[in-house]
Amino acid sequence: MAVTSQHLADPASSVAQPMKFLRRLPVRAGLTLLLVIEIYPIVWLLLGSFKRQDEFLSEPFWALPRSWGLRNYSEAFGEGGLGTYIRNSVIVVFPSLFLILLFGVAAGFALEIMVWKGRGTVLLMFLAGVMVPTQMILLPLFTAYFDLKLTGTLWPLVITYVAIGMPLTVFLMATYLRAIPKEMFEAATIDGAGVFRMFWFVALPMVRNAIFTVGLVQFFFLWNDLLISLTFTTSADQRTVQVGLLNFTGQYGARDYGPMFAGIAVSVLGTLIIYLFLNQKVMKGLTAGSVKG
Amino acid sequence: MHTVLGNKRAVVTLLAPALLVYTAVMLVPILWSTAYTFYDGNAIRGFKFVGLANYREFFGDQIAWDAVWFTVKYALVLTVLQVGAGFGLALLYVFVLRRASGVIRTIVFFPVVLPTVAVALLFRRLFEAAPSTGPVNAVLNWLGTGSIDWFGQPGRSFWVIILMDLWRSMGFYAVLLYAGLVDIPEELIEAARLDGAGGWRLVRHIVLPLSLPILLSSLIFSINGTLKVFDTVVALTNGGPGSTTTPMTLYMFRTSFTYGEYGYGSTVALMLTTMCLLVTLMIFRSTRRDITRG
Repeated sequence: MAVTSQHLADPASSVAQPMKFLRRLPVRAGLTLLLVIEIYPIVWLLLGSFKRQDEFLSEPFWALPRSWGLRNYSEAFGEGGLGTYIRNSVIVVFPSLFLILLFGVAAGFALEIMVWKGRGTVLLMFLAGVMVPTQMILLPLFTAYFDLKLTGTLWPLVITYVAIGMPLTVFLMATYLRAIPKEMFEAATIDGAGVFRMFWFVALPMVRNAIFTVGLVQFFFLWNDLLISLTFTTSADQRTVQVGLLNFTGQYGARDYGPMFAGIAVSVLGTLIIYLFLNQKVMKGLTAGSVKG
Repeated sequence: MHTVLGNKRAVVTLLAPALLVYTAVMLVPILWSTAYTFYDGNAIRGFKFVGLANYREFFGDQIAWDAVWFTVKYALVLTVLQVGAGFGLALLYVFVLRRASGVIRTIVFFPVVLPTVAVALLFRRLFEAAPSTGPVNAVLNWLGTGSIDWFGQPGRSFWVIILMDLWRSMGFYAVLLYAGLVDIPEELIEAARLDGAGGWRLVRHIVLPLSLPILLSSLIFSINGTLKVFDTVVALTNGGPGSTTTPMTLYMFRTSFTYGEYGYGSTVALMLTTMCLLVTLMIFRSTRRDITRG
């Protein structure tokens, strides 16, 4: 902290260069350590995904892979079934995401822009769902899906995801819609626009960015979900990426490292690449989801 | 204006899909699950009404209490650490790195978006002792201590779980708290500094009180999230060794789906839900008081 205050006290100081360097040294060292802690596990993962079994067992952890062939990856996709898992995740996540956003924006509009008695209560009711742990709804849903003969398909995942995505999406969309000046809707009314035209041509364009941000946040929730997919996938060919990865160990025994690392790497890289391009939006969206009190 | 925006049919059309799916898949199952707590059995072998037997079983069940204790311990320790580390990082961003903090902020944040399962499997390897020596044990060997079997003993497993979640989430809390710190008016800090407050005193008397609201909402968010821990534990230790790192979420899952006890599983789920609600209400009330006070 002493470093902090001195540094702040004279930002454009005329102190000699070596002094400045020394003073900043602890901060620099701390930052370097921080970055190593954050980034090294991923570097180690990527290097490991190219290593062969005997390299894991006999070489030190910092050794580079002997070859850069993609054998581990092809094994993860081939015998590991990673391709099927990714396909299942895609089939489930994107339709769910579309429905979550569509239903969420529409409900947000009805609750925030439209005027009727009891809308505050309904909004609160949606919000209460954020607190309830998913465990509280698993057993009835399991029974219901079984009775409806949906067990064995991917429908239970889609239906559950859409419902679980509702509270946060409705709440966030209502917040964003609140920020639109009321005059916009008054003007539209004077021009003779009906509710649905207003929804489509006034409200939607104004919250386009917000929809994208919320969609991004929900994407990460759904893609990374384990609990729901673990509960409702009954056979190996329905597994999503996360459930598949969890069972990777069993399939190869705990000792086959290479394909395992390749599998983890593929799973990590997907979200990492999205983050690389959209990090500012992701950071904004994920933190917005939590400041609701 | 009000006649157009008060159109009842439009309200129903726009609200119905969200409300229907939310009611059918969340609200009704919550009540349904509560009803299960008075029954014994499952969907296949049928149900038998048992009154309060499940609750009596819960209060006398040592494993259930271990799960409650683990959940509470995990939630408290991780909340203190991740909000604390987040606040430390936020101070670093605002007061030390200042304009240059963008890249660091982005890098420290990224683990939040990674799939928990993948991160957990990776951390298993990072902390592995045998047959392959993971980086953590390799560093320990280099420092002169022998390899530690991190997953063979409850206390150590607990700390690996905590460390991993701290790695994943501190960047998130840092950004959350950073947003709060940036909102503190520059003049206020300058004025305090002219009065001779610097370093620790500046943080203690100016920055900390002013960021109290955002700190408290971080605490609520963190407690509410950590009480529901599931993915991390399942993928990292699977509750072991034995059942020593089993949180309530996993205990509920095992009871329900491994042993097919829907009634008792629902009882555990209801206890967890009650805990989440109580904690949120408690913190929420104390937050309100503090804000009105000033």
